[in-house]
Amino acid sequence: MAVETLEASPSQPTPATRRRPGGLARKPRSWSLPKSLGGWIVLAVCAIATLGMLVPVYVIITTALSGSTGAPNFFLAFPDAPSLDAFKGAWTKLHGSLINSLQITIPAALISCLLGSINGYVLAKFPFRGSNALFTVLLVGMFIPFQAVIIPVFQFLNMLHLQGSIFGLIVVHVIYGIPITTLIFRNYYEGIPSAIVEAASIDGAGIWKTYLRVMIPLSAPGFVVAGIFQCTNIWNDFLFGFILASPAAWPATVTLNNLIGTTTVDYSELMAGAVLVALPTVVLYLVLGKFFVGGLTAGAVK
Amino acid sequence: MTTSTALPPAPVPPVSPGQRSKKQVPHNVRTSRRAAWIFAPSLLVSFVFVYVFIGITVYISLSNWKIGTSPDLTLRQPFGGTYGEIIQEQRFQADIRNVVIFTIIFLVLAIFGGLIAALFIHHVSVGKGLFRTVFLLPYALSFIVTGVAWRWIFSPSTGVNEILRSIGIENPPGWTTDTTILGALNDPSGTDFLKVQFGIPVALLPIIFAAAWQLVGFAMAMYLAGLASIPEEHLEAASVDGANTWQRLRHIVLPQLWPSTITCFVLLLHVALKIFDLVVAMSGSGPGFVTDVPGIYIYNYLTSRYDKASAMAIILLLLTLAVIVPYLIRGYRKERKA
Repeated sequence: MAVETLEASPSQPTPATRRRPGGLARKPRSWSLPKSLGGWIVLAVCAIATLGMLVPVYVIITTALSGSTGAPNFFLAFPDAPSLDAFKGAWTKLHGSLINSLQITIPAALISCLLGSINGYVLAKFPFRGSNALFTVLLVGMFIPFQAVIIPVFQFLNMLHLQGSIFGLIVVHVIYGIPITTLIFRNYYEGIPSAIVEAASIDGAGIWKTYLRVMIPLSAPGFVVAGIFQCTNIWNDFLFGFILASPAAWPATVTLNNLIGTTTVDYSELMAGAVLVALPTVVLYLVLGKFFVGGLTAGAVK
Repeated sequence: MTTSTALPPAPVPPVSPGQRSKKQVPHNVRTSRRAAWIFAPSLLVSFVFVYVFIGITVYISLSNWKIGTSPDLTLRQPFGGTYGEIIQEQRFQADIRNVVIFTIIFLVLAIFGGLIAALFIHHVSVGKGLFRTVFLLPYALSFIVTGVAWRWIFSPSTGVNEILRSIGIENPPGWTTDTTILGALNDPSGTDFLKVQFGIPVALLPIIFAAAWQLVGFAMAMYLAGLASIPEEHLEAASVDGANTWQRLRHIVLPQLWPSTITCFVLLLHVALKIFDLVVAMSGSGPGFVTDVPGIYIYNYLTSRYDKASAMAIILLLLTLAVIVPYLIRGYRKERKA
């Protein structure tokens, strides 16, 4: 069960070339133009495919810019008079739930990362009899369709009088985030030489002291990978918010879906809303892309 | 040790206490017992919220509980009657057809698309980082955002149909509201057990494209990681022996990418089975449940029929576990051997 959090490995020398997602910086990067016909064909195919991948992004942005004149009559048309008017309407309708999403995402991601870090440390450095089997039992929770537990979860939140609240959503996201964060940290800590832990225990440090004094200072990359992954997951969650949250606690994804409405759809406002909802995770991805990939491969079991 | 996403360095496999390696902390029984207690709370919470809650859902699916606010925990007679009830529904059968068709086409598009993209991007001389970033960008989006974008692209009056009409196609499909079933295998009469036509619903195609667009970058990332782990020497040796590009691809590259393929297959398959938000944002159930999926079925019955919602959830769970459990056990066994 390996998560190769590639950049997040302390035992790795920092390469001279800036490492990119996918760990492909094996050869020094060359910026030469293709030297053969085949090379040009490869480049052309990549460029065309990439442009194709960008079509939906272009569509979201141009439609959002079409402003008060309404969406264009053709989805690829560039608006005649680009304006930010649609964003005003979208912001009015969405800003409350964007704040909700933030209030749900940040605490839930932090707490689940902390728990995952403690679990991962124990599993990686102090394996006990049956720990692997129990870890596998824990991992199943990562893959279940949440509909299979949603009724008991709903009743459980009712029992604690947390139904519909932001706090209730945080609790649910933390609980169901434990398997994935445990997996990420366990694999990250396995990359840290056990000699360090041994040295600490020879010096008389116990499990906790070793964790706080030795492991935590080395954990920054692991926290970044797990944190980005969890922030993206929780921010983009729809199912829990849709079923468990009351309108006052709706996350942004649910409010955006409600903009679709039942009869007519104001596509320019809808797309402006889509930009607002997508922006935080996209910025996170563009700025910290290499760590993002580390979390992405987290589900990969050997 | 072959890793599916072989990004160096390979993590040290954990060692069971019986077989101490130099890499492992020498720890005594007392330490490991204390360590087990640290892990226990998380395990207990997960056990309750996953396994116990699934058990409760199984019980509800066998009970007479209909409305959430008035629990009726008596067992339904005959035993399992709710399952018998739902499998005869036209809606249930449509859901199963949709999820099967969705999964097959989506997997083919995402896995082959990801593989081809990775092979090209791996060998491109300029702009590798840019291409990779763009392909993976959709993965950072919410399915709701993806859904509203593709809903607009496939809106019958202003979307791709404009292009189709301009190249002379008179009556382009109505996409997510189209009730056409391509390649239908049967003609349901409504009196038999089978109440739906098995085939490819045209209405699912936009949703499948949207899902493939969002996840093709994931497959690409997995394959790029796999490609990066192939030793250069193997390829060079093959070239020396006179193997051409195609032969090197077939006999060296593709076999080494097998672990990446298994990972993509399992993870994307479980995404496909659970698909919910994308369909909600793009179409909902559609006319005659042509785009309905188990997730939406369960959601709809949460307000009126707890028993039916639970039964469908358990069927969906079993489908998912059938894929995931062998995969997890395989990973566990590999670790034991390591």
